[in-house]
Amino acid sequence: MSPRRLIAMSRKEFIQIVRDPRSLLIALLMPVMQMVLLGYGVSLDAKNIPVYVYDQEGSQDSQALLKRFQASPYFDVRKTVNSYRDLRYAIDSDRCKLAIVIPFDFSRKLRDTGFAPVQVIVDGTDDNTANLSKGYARAVIARFSADVQHNWLQRQGMPIAASNGNISVDTRIWFNEDLESRNFIIPGIVALVMALVGALLTSLTIAREWERGTMEQLLSTPITPSEVMLGKLIPYFMVGMADAALCLMMSVWWFGVPFRGTLASFFTTTALFLIVILGIGFMISVAIRNQLGASMIALLVTLMPTSLLSGYAFPIDQMPAAVRAITYLVYSRYYVTILKAIYLKGVGVKALGAEMTALAVYAAVIGLLATRAFRKTLD
Amino acid sequence: MPNDGNISVRVDGLVKRFGSFTAVDRVSFSAYRGEILGFLGPNGAGKSTVIRILCGLLRPSEGSVIVAGVDVGKDPEGVRHHIGYMSQKFSLYNDLEVSENLRFFAGLYGVDRGIAGDRIREAISLAGLQGHEHDLTGTLAGGWKQRLALGCALLHRPEILFLDEPTSGVDPMSRRQFWDLIHGMSGRGVTVFVSTHYMDEAEYCDRLVLMNRGRVVAMGTPPELRHLVKKGALLLAKCEPLGTALQILQGSPGVAEAAVFGNSLHVRVEQAEDALVTLPAMLESRGVKCVSLKPIEASLEDVFVQLAGEQSAVRGGPDR
Repeated sequence: MSPRRLIAMSRKEFIQIVRDPRSLLIALLMPVMQMVLLGYGVSLDAKNIPVYVYDQEGSQDSQALLKRFQASPYFDVRKTVNSYRDLRYAIDSDRCKLAIVIPFDFSRKLRDTGFAPVQVIVDGTDDNTANLSKGYARAVIARFSADVQHNWLQRQGMPIAASNGNISVDTRIWFNEDLESRNFIIPGIVALVMALVGALLTSLTIAREWERGTMEQLLSTPITPSEVMLGKLIPYFMVGMADAALCLMMSVWWFGVPFRGTLASFFTTTALFLIVILGIGFMISVAIRNQLGASMIALLVTLMPTSLLSGYAFPIDQMPAAVRAITYLVYSRYYVTILKAIYLKGVGVKALGAEMTALAVYAAVIGLLATRAFRKTLD
Repeated sequence: MPNDGNISVRVDGLVKRFGSFTAVDRVSFSAYRGEILGFLGPNGAGKSTVIRILCGLLRPSEGSVIVAGVDVGKDPEGVRHHIGYMSQKFSLYNDLEVSENLRFFAGLYGVDRGIAGDRIREAISLAGLQGHEHDLTGTLAGGWKQRLALGCALLHRPEILFLDEPTSGVDPMSRRQFWDLIHGMSGRGVTVFVSTHYMDEAEYCDRLVLMNRGRVVAMGTPPELRHLVKKGALLLAKCEPLGTALQILQGSPGVAEAAVFGNSLHVRVEQAEDALVTLPAMLESRGVKCVSLKPIEASLEDVFVQLAGEQSAVRGGPDR
């Protein structure tokens, strides 16, 4: 390994990145765009769910219940209609996700039997939102029902304490206290950015030399295959680390995601992940000697598993067992797990020993394979 | 002939196969220090393949190749420090400045930092690119690009220089300048391999290897090769119409070969004196006007036409 040749190679590659508008766009604009698009676009929270109401009774009691819905941040009561047909139309045309029907005998039943049904219709097209709105609606109604009960007991002159059998759950949420899905997703986006930028840029690097005919000259010089690989990847490694820093700054200062871990652990794991990504991109570029094909395949083998199987947005615990087994092979899984832990839990490298080891093993194996991928002959 | 100690390249029984296709077929030759060795032949003759094998870019299928004392088949990397190579296609970086290209290759060849600056300046003046050091290489004209590529290939002062069709697509003026540079190299003891399909350029070489379809057809100095045609004599015929004249001549007794050269015919005959009398009469009798017919000195192109013709005759027909 000659430092002179290594530096010459890195320097040349760096000049080429800086001078190529396409590479610059990928290196600088892509991370920002991805952070913004995914940071704002992917939200698993349901807030301001649009609600239509069909209040058949229009009594004081029914209005009291509806007020609860109006007061909830989860619901946005948009309109009151006067028929099921209108409700059906509103759901069909996506004007509301949830409809509440209060029967004409609501208050009478409540008074006479102490039991009154209320109908809630949920648009189940998007199961996630449907589940959430169902849950929120139940909660709102349960609270109302508890208050009605409470008032009744008071009016009967019974002491509140007499209503026994009440177990109160005192929930404390750790790490993502506000249950913001953004806090859960954004750390994972860093992995997506690394996979996208790293794989895209490196997949072009060797293919470009073949396409432009500069490879033959390169091969006729004394440079060794590992010098070609390292010399070419060092600039991309630096670009990747800079992008990681950019993502970190945006996530903390722009999106307000808490960062509780140490910078050292963040950059150490990012470096390992980058080695894997760059090594894969390089090997693809060596194997497929044209830029378009190489970049397509690079995206397929890095971005796809990272976005679907890393658990960045789609929790691995909820995947079917077979798919869950596959995720153990996806290197991004370990990185995403570590990132989320560093951001939200602030745990150190020690607590993440297994994941760190898996990532390090991946980096070592891919790195080794990459040094062997490039051969200095034309045939 | 110089003695063995001065041999810088020795190729013996070299065969290169790509699948079932034999691109280079039992080629043997030697090159001596400071010699300009020309590879001559049509496209697909195997010139580039031989040069790439000598540079260690392709592995020989059979035979031994010793370049600068290194067995290239066994140690393709070992030869790299001793050689400079200019591939057929321009292969410097168009998006790098002239000086950046030079600095890059100086680095790759491991030229000592202390002397790299001087070498780069020399290369720039050799290419005549003073004042253009910071131009993007892609913006240079063809001749300048070629000379810059040569400058890059010489940065580490190689003993042997391989130039694969260095002047293709370059204007005649620049070709001339380029050959002056090549002669300068050989004067300094650098062995130069040049492949070309320009016959006129072949005359600038010390020795020539004529290749056709992967085989060496003939080898020697330009005068030696021309002498090969001296079996018989060569006549230049200007006739009207040319095509008919060619057909008639190719079948005539006493005519070994006839070929079109520009707007006239080169006719190889067994006996010049007889032919000068009989051919015009015969052509006139078949309705072809013979404007002039005179003996000429054989060019290398004639040599090539003759030798390639003999080779295909041996192989059974001009085209497989």
